[in-house]
Amino acid sequence: MSSPAVLRLSDVKKGFAAPEGGRVDVLDVERLELAAGEQVALRGSSGAGKTTLLHIVAGIVKPDSGVVEVAGSDIAQLSEAARDRWRAKHIGYIYQSFHLLQGFSALENVALAMKFGGAVDLARAKELLEQVGLGSRLDYKPRQLSIGQQQRVAVARALANQPQLVLADEPTGNLDREHADAALELILSLCRSSGAALLLVSHDERVVARFSRVIDLTALNRRAAAGARA
Amino acid sequence: MSSRSSASGFGLWMLARRSLRQHAFSTAITSASLALACGLVMAVLGIRAQSESAFLLENSPYDAVLGVRSSATQLVLNSVFHLETSPGNLPWREYEAVRSAPGVRAAVPFAVGDSWKGFRIVGTTTAQFDDVALRGRAPRVARGGRVFDEELREAVLGSFVADKTGARVGDTIHPAHGPLEGGHDHDEDYVVVGVLEPTNTPADRVVWIPIEGMFRMEGHVLRGDGEEYHAEHDEEIPEDKKEVSAVLLAFEAPQVGMQLEQRYNREGKEATLAWPVSRVVLELFDKIGWMSRVLELVAYATVLVAAASILASLYDAMAQRRRELAILRAIGATRTELFASVVLQASAIAATGALLGCGVYFAILFVVRAVIRAQTGVVLDPFEIDAAVALTPLGVIALGALCGVLPAWKAYSVEVAEDLAPTT
Repeated sequence: MSSPAVLRLSDVKKGFAAPEGGRVDVLDVERLELAAGEQVALRGSSGAGKTTLLHIVAGIVKPDSGVVEVAGSDIAQLSEAARDRWRAKHIGYIYQSFHLLQGFSALENVALAMKFGGAVDLARAKELLEQVGLGSRLDYKPRQLSIGQQQRVAVARALANQPQLVLADEPTGNLDREHADAALELILSLCRSSGAALLLVSHDERVVARFSRVIDLTALNRRAAAGARA
Repeated sequence: MSSRSSASGFGLWMLARRSLRQHAFSTAITSASLALACGLVMAVLGIRAQSESAFLLENSPYDAVLGVRSSATQLVLNSVFHLETSPGNLPWREYEAVRSAPGVRAAVPFAVGDSWKGFRIVGTTTAQFDDVALRGRAPRVARGGRVFDEELREAVLGSFVADKTGARVGDTIHPAHGPLEGGHDHDEDYVVVGVLEPTNTPADRVVWIPIEGMFRMEGHVLRGDGEEYHAEHDEEIPEDKKEVSAVLLAFEAPQVGMQLEQRYNREGKEATLAWPVSRVVLELFDKIGWMSRVLELVAYATVLVAAASILASLYDAMAQRRRELAILRAIGATRTELFASVVLQASAIAATGALLGCGVYFAILFVVRAVIRAQTGVVLDPFEIDAAVALTPLGVIALGALCGVLPAWKAYSVEVAEDLAPTT
């Protein structure tokens, strides 16, 4: 990797309280790095901790220990409110279920992300939606859009604050093959053109095959590996 | 917000407003119930404050009422507010005696018992209109009219009487026996010679005629000396036969009232001096004060119920909105911002209710004003806002905001990782 790392994880551990009492360790990653602008696929078996890893990188969940350095900041050391703001400014997040705000138009969904990222730039929000082919659907509410169009709004929202890192959690999981291919192509090309690194979770081999670097979390996660050996 | 909206429109208020719009029906119902409750509290407080102020008749020229031995309240109600029936009559000599008492600036005799179209007729003297003796507070006759001649069958109408009956100067009125509409008509006709300017007091609901006319009205019996006497045409009425229902008094100084109270209330047995009039009215308000306090409590209870409905509707909405709140957190909203947004929603509902409540207040006040004016002649001013009335909407907004705290806490406690399932 010649570019400086936009993401650097070292000795990150995370566990949760089990309903029956005690604690369940779900993640133990010794080292993971992404270079600026790099596009990486993350795969792993179900329950391997892929979403937990993305949540930790996004600052949604705080690790129990370890360093989570994103764009030069160790976000594990930030307060929750600071992580929220930091996430809005530096991370774009694309969910499998899109997670658009139903009461807001496509434009407002993008603009609200900008609001929490620091400043609303409606011209740029419109430009982003035009880039994803929704220039004529700015005022449409999510329920007035097709599934594929909703995913494109989610992509535009993820890029709203010009993030250095985009996280995508099964972004094509809810789409048919044709739309999945188009959505993936859109994500890859927009991240490439904006210079954002991409960490994309998928269990779809067709999707994973599009990446030159693929990380298998089942192997990377020492906790999962230990579980497998046991 | 459309694609033409400005960037400054995005913020907590937008989130709050959009959420209210998404739950427009419950927002409208909650705001409406709060408006009714707020308006009710404002009306109860306003009517009480204004009634106390208006019924004290602070600009009344009279300090006291002298009447036959009875309760001071009954005397004041009958003579000042022209309500209730007269408790009885005083011999004319009592009027003469009090008129000539030292320190009595004005003594105005009233004789009642007749009516015209349901409005009370009061027989009196022109002293009732003596602006000098009554310290510039005597009722004034409107332009184009004059005070009646004590020797003639002439009448002066209160402004409310003129408004309601349409009678004007030059018209003839026909008194009926008894205080209510429906009594038998007397034979005499009276010519209207003047209409009083509005005083916003019970005087506006009275037809004023010369007291001599009351004495001589067909069918009237005088018992000034205990014997029945019917006045005859062209025959002077002996002084000892005359009687009055009450005498309204204005004093040079408060000490005069004290002296006369001693004379009539403590040493005498025939008459009662209601003095000072304002104290008698206050005592009356004290007696019926429990009613106003009960109304006040009921009004407060409705506010609490309405405020609780804010809490309930927002709390339920939070349960439905967990995913939406989690999305907001995921795109960068802090817990504090979500908390503030929900409190803002509650405050907005309460503010809408408070604003509409002001409308409800004015609606109630205008109706009550019309009723009180029709019943008593006293006029309330809905725009004379008491401090407690003015503070009520602010209190309602504060209460609404407080009711938003629990739902806001629910929003605050949303966990992104838990509410944005599924996981991989």
